[in-house]
Order: sequence, then structure tokens, then C-alpha cells
Amino acid sequence: MNLATHTHNTWCPGCGNFSILNAFKSVITSLIQNEEIPLENFVLVSGIGCHAKIVDYIALNSFYSLHGRAVPVATGITCAAPNTRVICFSGDGDAYGEGLEHLIFAAKRNVNITVIIHNNRVYGLTTGQYTPTSPFGFKGRSTPHGSCEKPLNPLELMLASGGTFLARGTSHGIDQLKNLFREAILHKGFSLVDVLQVCVTYCNLYEYYAPRIYELQNHDSSCFSKASAKIKEWDYNSDAPIALGVFYKEVKPVFGDLCGNRVSSKEQVNARIQDILEQAT
Amino acid sequence: MRETGASAFFTQKFMLEQFSILIGGNAGDGIDSAGLVLARILTQFGFHIYVYRDYPSLIRGGHTFSIIRVSRKKIAAHSNRIDFLLALQQDCIDLHKDKIWEQTGIIYNSDLIKNDSLPLQCKLIPVPLENIIKEEKAMPVIRNACMIGAFCKALGISKNVIEYVFKKSKIPDIEMNILIASLGFESAGVFKDLRIENVPLKRLPLLSGNEIIALGLVKAGLQTYISYPMTPSSGILHFLAKNSDELGCLVIHPENEIAVILMALGCSYAGNKAAVGTSGGGFCLMTEGLSLSGMAEIPLVIVVGQRPGPSTGLPTYSSQTELNFVLNAGQGEFPRFVVAPGDAEEAYFWSGMSLAIAWKYQIPAIILSDKTLAEGVFSFDNDSISNFPEITPVVEDSYKEYKRYENTESGVSPLAFISRSKAVIKVNSYEHDEYGITTEDPSVTMVMQHKRLRKEKLILHELEDFEPVGVYGNRDADTALICWGSNKGVCCEVGEALGIKIIQPRVLAPFPVQELLKACSGVTQCICVENNALGQLACLCRCSGIRIDDTVLRYDGRPFSIEELTGEIQRIIVKKE
Repeated sequence: MNLATHTHNTWCPGCGNFSILNAFKSVITSLIQNEEIPLENFVLVSGIGCHAKIVDYIALNSFYSLHGRAVPVATGITCAAPNTRVICFSGDGDAYGEGLEHLIFAAKRNVNITVIIHNNRVYGLTTGQYTPTSPFGFKGRSTPHGSCEKPLNPLELMLASGGTFLARGTSHGIDQLKNLFREAILHKGFSLVDVLQVCVTYCNLYEYYAPRIYELQNHDSSCFSKASAKIKEWDYNSDAPIALGVFYKEVKPVFGDLCGNRVSSKEQVNARIQDILEQAT
Repeated sequence: MRETGASAFFTQKFMLEQFSILIGGNAGDGIDSAGLVLARILTQFGFHIYVYRDYPSLIRGGHTFSIIRVSRKKIAAHSNRIDFLLALQQDCIDLHKDKIWEQTGIIYNSDLIKNDSLPLQCKLIPVPLENIIKEEKAMPVIRNACMIGAFCKALGISKNVIEYVFKKSKIPDIEMNILIASLGFESAGVFKDLRIENVPLKRLPLLSGNEIIALGLVKAGLQTYISYPMTPSSGILHFLAKNSDELGCLVIHPENEIAVILMALGCSYAGNKAAVGTSGGGFCLMTEGLSLSGMAEIPLVIVVGQRPGPSTGLPTYSSQTELNFVLNAGQGEFPRFVVAPGDAEEAYFWSGMSLAIAWKYQIPAIILSDKTLAEGVFSFDNDSISNFPEITPVVEDSYKEYKRYENTESGVSPLAFISRSKAVIKVNSYEHDEYGITTEDPSVTMVMQHKRLRKEKLILHELEDFEPVGVYGNRDADTALICWGSNKGVCCEVGEALGIKIIQPRVLAPFPVQELLKACSGVTQCICVENNALGQLACLCRCSGIRIDDTVLRYDGRPFSIEELTGEIQRIIVKKE
């Protein structure tokens, strides 16, 4: 299956985004070929940033939205067309900075969407400023003397907000990414995969991550407190082991279902308008 | 004008033809509901009604009042000359002395209002509201029912009508309301020689402008309404949420206005007709989404209810200060549709039109209302509205090589919708090629910019059939009032009484310059009437080569009353002569 488009890829050579693109395409292809989800039911939504170019590179329905706004667009799509499978691509500046309120509310509502965060911990497209997940003291172009803010732990925030599927992967573990993406996409509810994606140009953390990452083993992802403990093990700042895998998974009613289906015929609507006018007389 | 009003009052000896009632009390006293019950009682006699609601931005305390204007003719403006004052609190007497005249009938709460404060030249009816409530152990808010009962007795309206309206009104505790109204009725005197005739005219439903906008949108096919509460547009949110199931309209109240507009664009992309509603402050947050709608050519309706700014301003009062804002909001250049309905019927028709135009041309459409229109209550004549035009979007059936932004001659590309089509549908906030893929190519940029912009001409052409400019009054007069939005009601009434012409651009973008020039031909004195300080429509007219000689501007948050506007216009006309 060829999901390529006619446009040229403009990511830097060695960019972690390639792993995300390849893992994602491979998962989508298998979901389509195994007839789990039909091609036309996929809708991709992106914010703005290097990550967002991904929707130009995949021949699927897509909404290339605004900086920080992928999540509300995705929420609208899934409410209007509940049979679609909406996947948001977002960056750390995009989702954890500019559009953080939307992410918190989507988790709180358990909106039936998947959010994949290209978390490279730097603004790439605007050429190297600190983001909400950059380490303390990060020297970027807007913080030449070092950032004086500690980073957010986005997974901790998402867990507190009510997210029902929370996972972390890296752009150097493509097989694991495939598993995480597949599981996240098939999860009914709000799923988020925080991908530690390496930006080779402005924040190359490959050497930093390599010795610290490990895969979660025998972890009970249905237990909130165990998930919380594992999520807090590394705070995106201090030196600690960095767990990868599914931290938390829970089945809860989703926002679209709670909204209900409101299809009325033109005749029903007209009759109801007449009722309202009569009542108001 | 005072004379005109007075003669109307007595056209038929003792038979009320046109009058105004002011009911006032503290916020939290239920004055607003009481005003609506009164309006509905008078509706039963075939009257046209307009209710002006004045309340401060607080939940309890502070003075609040409604003016219920009642006429045998269609009206959409309030009068500052009050014929009946229903005073629940001392404030009603102290604050509205300027609105009463020698024939005003005052029904007052004799347990709270001091005798020596009453204007002795008026006809007075005391009612011991507090005692009646206390004896029946009723909630204080039910003193309104007591006042309504007393008013009906005073004008010879039978108890049956009160009972009928209360039963239909679905307010809580109907039986107690009816009982207290009946006690008020028994305790009150009558205004000698005044009564109301039951004319066999059609009884018209009473609805707020917000409710009518909502119904117009639903009638035209609205499927989703998304909004964050903000006065004066919250009424649409409340009304549609309450009737969501029956009207087949999903209602969502998200975290903020940015989410509101982006969610709505997500819905539209999925083929679901969505609208959003807000006021100026919320619209500020929506402007990036507005521009996205323009670039990605995603249809969207935005209701902007104006209130005085800058910033938080006067939240519960009225203004027309966002014309420049909605015409220019959003980065970049793209076509938009802006309409400012002037009354109930226009609100219904043009709200529906906005949805149709937005979808046919794949553009953002803005319905510009204001507090006066949005929260005013009108007798709504559904039968006087011509049928909604069949304006439908072009939809793509074949999906091989589907191009979301196909560069057609009209500039309008056929639509396809996810989940209903196998086409790959890509929309994009970046400049894009016909497939919706990002581009920075200069020639593609030019092609796409022209494609979007040339839709505007088509819209202007389409509008020719729908009277984008209203003309009323004496069409041969050489003096004309130019107004927009909710000022239509007061301008028509004043202009007709003075024998001059009234011109009202209903559509403000694309601006119908040709129709306006035609309406202004033969006019030698053009007076622009607006509720803002800078004369925003006057400025737009002048930029388009339409001469404006004078402006009458009010910007204290209050709409013009009939008397105030008459005085202003007469001064200008006399000066000229």
C-alpha cells in the first residue's frame, strides 16, 4: 500500500520525525489491510511546527490546523463523525505550550482521539527556542543564558487530567513505537503517546537518552497509583531512568457517546419549530 | 412626538391602542420573567409587542427594569414615555420620574413605597404586595404575580387570561402564581375609563432575538452549535441546549472561544453544519480561527452580539461598535459574509441565509447582532417571511483524483466529506495546491489567492435577489436616515412619522454599494444613525462613495428611544432649513 503524496520531504536528515512517519504508516497499512479500520475512516490533524508536515506526507484525510489547535479540531471532527478514527500530531511547543488548555480538556472529557506528541523539547521550525519540556538551564535563542523554568512532566499532567491511555516511546525505538501507536489508535477514548523525538539540529539528546531508557516490564497499567509512580520516576529534568511503554490504560465513557446522536429529519425539525412558536404565543 | 404618542393613546376613546408599561425592581426579583408574562398576556389581545430589558451585570441587588411596548402596529423600539408604571420597589419611583407624564397610571407596592414620594398628578393604585405574600407564605419572587394580577384588574383583563398565560408559561410553582395573581387582582382598583379591546388579529409568538437567530439557523439546517457563554449571545446557547434533542442540534460548551471556533471548523470539515456565538471579547479569541476558515475554505457561521467596549466594557448593555472589527478581523485577505439583521423577521431570514451562503461559497459568515436585538423580545411574524432560498453547496460525487481546492471558474471547489466519501480530503491553513498540500510556490500562491477572492463577486450577484438594502418610509423624500442592525426599528418609526426615507444596509460584506447608491439617489441630506462614537457605517459609506451629511451617534450603552431620536433628527432638519 502506497500512502505517499507528491510533495518533497523537508525534514533534516536524521530527524526523529522519520521514525514516527514510518512507524505510523506501517501501523496504518496493517490496520487497513487487516480490515480493522477502513482507509477512509482515518483523519489526521496537525498543529504547526516541524512535526505538522507529516500530514503533507501521508495520503489520508487531513486537517493541517493552527499552532496549538490540533486537539479542538480533532474533537470537532470526532463529535461530527464518530465513526472516524482521528489522530492528532502535535509538538511539545504546540500541545504543551500554545494549546495546553485544549489538551487538558480533551483528557478531562476522554475525547475519542489519539494524540502523538513529537516531543523534541525545542522549537525546531522557529529555529531553536526553549519549550515547556526543555530542561532547566536550556540555552536557546530566546534564553541565551539558560532557561530559568523547570520543564513540565506532560504525562503526569495528562494522568491528573483524566487521560485514559498514556504511553511514552522514542524515535530510536521504531518497533516499540509501532506497538504503542497501534494500541493507542485502537484504544477507545483519549490516548496520548509522548514520543521523545530527537531534533538533530537544535536539541540532539540521543546520547543522553540511550543509556537511560528502559522498557516497562510487569507494570500494571490498570493501576492509577502505580502508573503515577512510574510516570514520576523521571521528571524530564533530573537524571533518572526513563521508562518507555504504556503507563496507564483505563476504559471510560467517551465524550462523543455522551453527546449522543442527534439526527432529525427536516420534517421533525420543522414540526418542532412550529411547536416552539405555538408555545411562545 | 409626545403629542403623537398621546393622540395614539386616545385614538378610540378609552380604548388602548398603543402604550408602554415599565415594570421594575431589584435584580433577583424576577422582573425579567414578569415582563415576559405581561407581554404574553397582552399578546392574547392581538397586540404587537416589543420588550426592552435593562439589567446590570450582577446576580442580586441593583435596579432592573423592562419596558413592554404594546401597539396595534408592528414595532421594534422602545418609548421613554411610560403609560403604566408597575413599581415593586422604591427605586422604580425614584429612577423613572423622567418617563412619567400626567396620564401615567402607577400600580405600586404600598408596603414598601413611601406615599410622599408618589407623583400626585398620576393615577395611583396601591397594592399591599408584602402582606399578600406573607399571608400566603409565598416566595418573595411571586410578588410579581401579585403585581400582574393587579395590572390586569386595573385594565379590565379577565382572570382567565392570567391563568391561561401562567399555565402555558412553564414557570415553577404555577398554582401558587395563579393564586397570588388572583389575590392581587382582588385587592387592586381599576383605571377608570381605560380598557383593552380584543381585536380578532393573529396572535404572534413572543421570542427574543437570540431565540429567533437560533431558529433561523436550525431551519436552514444547523447541526451543531458551539459556544462559550458571553452576554449578549448566551441566550442562543441556552435555547439550543434546552431544545437540542428535538431540534437535532448538538450543543457543546468548550473551554474557551479558541476551542469553540476550532471545534466548529472540525465539524464543518466533517460535513456537519456548525455555528458559534459570542460577543466582541470572545470574537477577539476567535480571529485566528476566522482566518483559518478563510484560508482553508471551511464554511462557518459566527454570531457576534455587540456590547459596549473597549475590553469588558458594559457587559449587559448595547452598542454597534464591532462593525469595523468583524469586517477586518483575521490576518490575510479573504472573502466573508457579514449581515446585520434589524428585527425579528430579518434575524430569522438572514441567519438562515448566512448558513446557506457560508456553505455554498465555503466562507465564514458573520451575523452581527447587539444586545438590543439579541435580548429584546419581539412579536415574531413567521408568515411575513418569504421562503428560505434553496442555496446548496456543490458536492463532489466521484472521488478519483479528488482535489479539495480544484481551481474552478467560479472559485468554488466541489465539496466532499470525510466518512461519507472515499476521496482523500486534505484541508490546510498554509497556502496549498489544489490537493490541499502545502506550497510556497509564487505562481500557485497567486492562483489560489485569486480563486478565493473571486468568490466575492458571485456572492454580490447572488444577493441581488434578496434585497441586501432595505428602503422604508417616504421614498420620495430628500432627507434619509441610514441605519444598520437594531436601529432599524426606531429609525423606521421616527422616519415614517417625520415623512422621510429610511435606508438600511442589511448586508455589510460584501458591501452592496450599487444598491445603496440607488437607494440614496435623489436624497440631498443623508443622516447616519448609529450606536457608536466614531460613525463606523458612515465611514464605510464615505469610503464607498456614498455621501453622509450628518451623524447621530449614541454610545452610552442604551439604545435610542423613539422620543430621543425624534428630537435629534428634528434638530438636524431644522438647522439645515
